[in-house]
Amino acid sequence: MSATATDTVDHESIYSGTIASWLTTVDHKRIGVMYGATALLYFIVGGVEALVIRLQLAAPEGTVVGADAYNQLFTMHGTTMVFLVLMPLAAAMFNFLIPLMVGARDVAFPRLNAFSFWTWFFGAILLNLAFFVNQAPDAGWFGYANLTSKQYNPGLGIDFWVLSLQIMGIASIASGVNFTVTALNMRAPGMSLMRMPLFVWMALIVQILMLLAFPAITVGLVFLLFDRFFDTNFYVAAAGGTPVLWQHLFWIFGHPEVYILILPSFGIVSEVLPTFSRKPLFGAPFVIFSGILIGFLGFGVWSHHMFTTGLGPIADTAFSLGTMLIAIPTGVKIFNWIGTLWGGHIVMRTPLYFAVGMIALFIVGGLSGIMHASPPIDLQQHDSYFVVAHLHYVFFGGTVFGLLAGVCYWWPKVTGRMLGEGLGKLSFWVMFLGMNLTFFPMHFLGLDGMARRIYTYPAGVGWEQWNLMATVGAFVLSLGVLLFYANLVRSLRSGEAATADPWDGATLEWSMSSPPPEYNFAVIPTVNSARPLWLHKYGPTRDISTRTKEDGTPPQPDHPVERIELPSPSHWPLVAAAGLTLAGGGTMVGLIPVLVGVAILVVAVYWWAFEPLERPGNPVFEPASGAE
Amino acid sequence: MSTHATTFGVPHRKMAMWVFIGSECMLFGSLIATYLSYKGKSVTGPTPDEILNIPLTSVSTFVLLMSSLAMVLALDAVQRDQNNQAKLWLGGVIVLGGLFLAGQVYEFSHFYHVGLTLQQNLFGSTFFVLTGFHGAHVTVGVIWMATLLAMASRGRLGPERSLDVEVAGLYWHFVDVVWIVIFTVVYLIQ
Repeated sequence: MSATATDTVDHESIYSGTIASWLTTVDHKRIGVMYGATALLYFIVGGVEALVIRLQLAAPEGTVVGADAYNQLFTMHGTTMVFLVLMPLAAAMFNFLIPLMVGARDVAFPRLNAFSFWTWFFGAILLNLAFFVNQAPDAGWFGYANLTSKQYNPGLGIDFWVLSLQIMGIASIASGVNFTVTALNMRAPGMSLMRMPLFVWMALIVQILMLLAFPAITVGLVFLLFDRFFDTNFYVAAAGGTPVLWQHLFWIFGHPEVYILILPSFGIVSEVLPTFSRKPLFGAPFVIFSGILIGFLGFGVWSHHMFTTGLGPIADTAFSLGTMLIAIPTGVKIFNWIGTLWGGHIVMRTPLYFAVGMIALFIVGGLSGIMHASPPIDLQQHDSYFVVAHLHYVFFGGTVFGLLAGVCYWWPKVTGRMLGEGLGKLSFWVMFLGMNLTFFPMHFLGLDGMARRIYTYPAGVGWEQWNLMATVGAFVLSLGVLLFYANLVRSLRSGEAATADPWDGATLEWSMSSPPPEYNFAVIPTVNSARPLWLHKYGPTRDISTRTKEDGTPPQPDHPVERIELPSPSHWPLVAAAGLTLAGGGTMVGLIPVLVGVAILVVAVYWWAFEPLERPGNPVFEPASGAE
Repeated sequence: MSTHATTFGVPHRKMAMWVFIGSECMLFGSLIATYLSYKGKSVTGPTPDEILNIPLTSVSTFVLLMSSLAMVLALDAVQRDQNNQAKLWLGGVIVLGGLFLAGQVYEFSHFYHVGLTLQQNLFGSTFFVLTGFHGAHVTVGVIWMATLLAMASRGRLGPERSLDVEVAGLYWHFVDVVWIVIFTVVYLIQ
């Protein structure tokens, strides 16, 4: 392992500074940290909502909450976890890591990146404001039409839900454009697409899915807004419309959304396994092309969420076949991961625990997914707890465990501190146990006929013990999450300082100090391999035998060797996001806040457009005299 | 934007606009698909064949297509550093885009007076939302062009800023192409 001098350089300063410096930052690393911190906070909010749900269902005839509150809880739990936790936690990693992994000093559009963050941030607040007017949305995270109509849902809850989703959707489109261009167009010299790290590949596919999937829900939500605000009839059967239109538009977004949530985990696992198995990812091109295929097929399977709407045998068959086809590239990936571990020199560290846990749990969720790819089976399982079990194995077992593997893996790079290994492994085992204790019994409950979203159930139907077990499991799971958070806090307070390359990694982010300097790369690296650091440290392997050790990428020098200019901070992205949110949320109040919001937005966009990216006073780094 | 060479040799902003256009295709695709799936499902009139005025809309379609020609000439003028030509053709885009919008305003108000409102039937809902979304895009484009014209008038739109015009042009041409699809689907194929 090569020792680098960068370990001792003081780069903590990238996080120091006033609150104003955070509000106006355009640094992708700081924005990533803000995404991550906010998402981890909402993880607690969504988790508490889930715990209340489990308390209510712990015993028959539960009286913890009433039916109305229960509807609000499961709606907010689902919406929070999908849009306020999993997507932003992945976005945190995209932000922090994509520029570092492709060898760039920032994203393609730093201010647009800040705008994405603040827009999402305000949208998330807008959603949760619904609690404070005591009218949280209560139609489920899928918001099926009719349940959301003014006639059946006259309160403000659905309006909060629709408007905040629209606002957060704008944030997703903006960051989708930004990261797509960053990954495609800002790669270091020599980094061909096939040398691009797997995490960046999966991130790129996620961005393209977001760009193509979000417009469908945008249109669906626009129709819903028009139905609610202007009395149109898009989802009104009496006027010739059909509520099924909403289901189509929602799931044309919603199914790609499933892959938007899982592919970041696939990317993380594909980075963690090689590092801790001490060998390259087995069949990396297959993993890449499987990811592309999953993304492509993901657009052709949405109606498997709608088998019970009666689309007819031909549609059912086509969507069933498409769904089963997706199992192939997914299975390919799982075999590639196992092949990576196989024969590896395995280093048992916390990130690997979470990564392997992710694979195991995702397989369980994947297998139940293949079951309800078959329409006759799905007709039995639809809207039952079996589906709840399936989706939590995929989202919690797959997405959350994968993302937490990423948190453990990159935490030293982000914070400059190591996580505790003992506490990390303990938190893994408690979460693993709690997760299975919570969600596995739901398979039995579902097959026994317990429907989703019921707020209570009678005694004597045989559901008591499984429900009690799930509730106990939920608290065990929460304890595991608490331990995980405790580990993060302890690391920030008194964690061992991290070296530049604590895991002996292969990709570019490990070539600079932890945390990275503000400019990321003192020298833009040249890349001749998919594993540029390993090539430098250990020389060629069988699959890159035409290269020599000198083709590897060395660690970064401590100080810039050329003058580096970074973009100036700007408050206009924040102002634009605030204006947009005011204009959107203001529609519930009246015309004046809307006009004020639009005015703020227009002013901010014009200032932003005519404000140079780099202005006098921007961060400039001069080469140190006599250094190197 | 960045002083570094880009991987594909395409400026970031140009690539970003293409990527965004891909996303916009799905937006208009969803709107058009909804229009098609609700076609003929209205339980009351007026119906498209009673109300749509093909000759009038053909004229406004022609106007919008000509604005794309003006857009091309404007970009060419900026690239060749011919500021007066640039102002002329940018003004042309604005006038032609404005004429198209005026036609749409006339059409909407006419429909309203003969009984086709947003709430009247599914045709009204899908028609107004689809063409309204397109009209909003044209409006944004006209404002964008007006901003470029203001820059040109102050002599701040030299060849070094031709990318500004090129990116705006990509957007403008896309909005035109979408209209061709809408015109065909809504007006010509009844």
